[in-house]
Amino acid sequence: MKGGLGMKHLLYGAVLLVLAGVAPGASPGTSPPLGLPALEVPAGNPQTPEKIALGEKLFNDKRFSSTGTVACANCHVTDKAFTDSPLKTSEGIKKLTGTRNAPTVVNSAYFTKVFWDGRSPDLEDQALHPFVNPVEMGLKNHDPILKIVRKDPEYTRAFQAVFGKSGNAITMKEVTQAIASFERTKVSGNSPFDVYYFGGVQTALTDAQKRGFDLFVNKGRCVSCHRVEQNTALFTDNRFHNVGVGINDIQPDVPKLTTEFLKAKATLAEVDRKVLADKKTSELGRFAVTKTLDDIGSFKTPTLRNIAVTAPYMHDGSLATLKEVIVHYNNGGVTKEGNPVNDFLSGGIRPLLLSDAEVDDLVAFMEALTSPEFAKAPAPAKADGR
Amino acid sequence: MTRTTRRDFLKTTGTVAAMSALPLSMVELAFADTSKNFTFAYISDAHIQHISGTKFVRNWDRGLIRAVAETNLLVPKPEFVVFGGDLAQLGTKEELDHGGEMLSKLNYKLYTVMGEHDYYYDLGEYWSKLYGPHHYSWDHKGVHFVVLNSVITFDDWTFNRWPSAAQRMLEMAGLDNPNGSPFMVGEKQREWLKADLAKVAKDTPLVVFSHSPLQKIYKGWNFWTDDAEEVQAILRPYDKVNVVYGHVHQIQYNQIENMSFNSVMATAWPWPYPQTYAQAKQALPKLTIPMNRADPFFERDATGWQFIDVNTGRVALKYNLYNNTNRTVAFNPKTGQPEDSMFQDPARMIDPQVHY
Repeated sequence: MKGGLGMKHLLYGAVLLVLAGVAPGASPGTSPPLGLPALEVPAGNPQTPEKIALGEKLFNDKRFSSTGTVACANCHVTDKAFTDSPLKTSEGIKKLTGTRNAPTVVNSAYFTKVFWDGRSPDLEDQALHPFVNPVEMGLKNHDPILKIVRKDPEYTRAFQAVFGKSGNAITMKEVTQAIASFERTKVSGNSPFDVYYFGGVQTALTDAQKRGFDLFVNKGRCVSCHRVEQNTALFTDNRFHNVGVGINDIQPDVPKLTTEFLKAKATLAEVDRKVLADKKTSELGRFAVTKTLDDIGSFKTPTLRNIAVTAPYMHDGSLATLKEVIVHYNNGGVTKEGNPVNDFLSGGIRPLLLSDAEVDDLVAFMEALTSPEFAKAPAPAKADGR
Repeated sequence: MTRTTRRDFLKTTGTVAAMSALPLSMVELAFADTSKNFTFAYISDAHIQHISGTKFVRNWDRGLIRAVAETNLLVPKPEFVVFGGDLAQLGTKEELDHGGEMLSKLNYKLYTVMGEHDYYYDLGEYWSKLYGPHHYSWDHKGVHFVVLNSVITFDDWTFNRWPSAAQRMLEMAGLDNPNGSPFMVGEKQREWLKADLAKVAKDTPLVVFSHSPLQKIYKGWNFWTDDAEEVQAILRPYDKVNVVYGHVHQIQYNQIENMSFNSVMATAWPWPYPQTYAQAKQALPKLTIPMNRADPFFERDATGWQFIDVNTGRVALKYNLYNNTNRTVAFNPKTGQPEDSMFQDPARMIDPQVHY
């Protein structure tokens, strides 16, 4: 048993050495960036420098959209911590917009489910869907992608080198494995908080940030979902919660919408199209995936790393600033104080009784979660930004 | 044969998928004659608690509101809903009205059971204005349903002991309270039950709802009905008897001869499992905290509901638990007792938590 564990660590070390060589986001050396756990790479898709480079090329290729204008990178922009801040919801082909705010690719390697409603089990599966969503990259099916990667000389060389495959042997499995491998290099820690909390450097945080961390862990109850462990912090529990965003606006429509889903057994591909096409359907959250009433209005806990540079916030981008987010939670799950909470609100959400100064301290704390490589990203959106 | 019938029923209706996570009880009755199949939901132990003026304990409110809202979304629709008692915490008009307003949002016919928290302030007087008699029965698609008030105690305790109704209520609300008194159905109600069942054929499945268990589990917390044996004697002649009770805020199941006993979950808070009733003296510490949750952050954790298949007169409870793994406790015809479909095998049981 002990021997096995030691071996596992050695393997992680080897993987991270590789990462360090190619990924600007990863720190040098054998350890993951300060504040992050060792990365678990799926056994079926090991990281290699060539595969990562191929994935990056695919990630940036605009030809994989019906108009030739949209790549993965359109909504996951390197300089914006791999989001499309300050857009509220992402813009696909022909300026069509979906219903959800682009989540960051950074540290998505640690997510146990992907998309705001967790409808994909991993990064490999996730990469399949935006290509064929009508409001994202708009392809009818994946054939045009395969046509390109099987013919384009650069791709044929790369797929041969990475997977030993050519022609019809290249499928979306290889395409998505390469993209996922690239995305797994986007790990990022080393924030002032990491330096303070895991590195023991007391001066890394301001007094307001330190007070904010105390509120984050105690009175604010934030840490229950945005987790900080003993040696690492992903700032997510990889779970789904109804926090009163989006669902609050569609209360009268819930019975009709849920009944439709319970009667018609939609496939996940249909769910993918439906939830991005219709705002009200989108607000059902994870229920659309699981058909479990416990999941009505629930969305994945996002990581808070680099949150200060990825405004606006929440699954629908409906809150423009971090302060608005804290106020929403302080109100017990409603954006406007005094409004009624929704019937399906998560049991963890309740009024917090934070003072204005405490709200500001929490915002200050979240500004300490930005990794150095993203610290110079554009300023957060203003209320009118979209 | 019978199992196939139930599976087929579930297959054709898709009920399990539709109802897999509600904080209430979904009761499903399945028979060889599928035209007799029907479902009903079960919500229990809301403990609506008045603070002052228009203020009530938010957490308990949210539990009942959520259960009602989710019940209304069920597909297929349940034919009725049972509320299993303890709508109020201290039995006041304010609490019963506030809880009653939430229950009034149900889109279905409602049957209610008296709990001790509803009863001991005014001995069920205001509750009766809202919900009618304390014990009653009805037939639905070949099943005879009975509601009993199982929380009555000795007249001397009820009428002669306490300076005020509020004090009486408080004394009965506490666990491990030496001033408490055991619950019972009472002779008058037992006579009524005998007369009621006299009209019912012995092969008609019975479903009996009581607040406290009609079996003896743990006296210190009134997980107990003092005249349980007498009530069981009245039920014993019937081929298939199912007793469903609230009060315990946890999953329990037991078989006594032909009688299956199953508890339902609370919407308010969980109780820990009591030390199994033992005649020997115990040195275990008494319970002094109001709740014990696996995850204290999630106020709905360890609350929940269940829906119940009754297959040829035997119940299978499907527990749907917020933030938890769903469980099924079903009557196993081979062993003749209810069993947990996943955790009955000792090798698959989850060890209790020992750290904090």
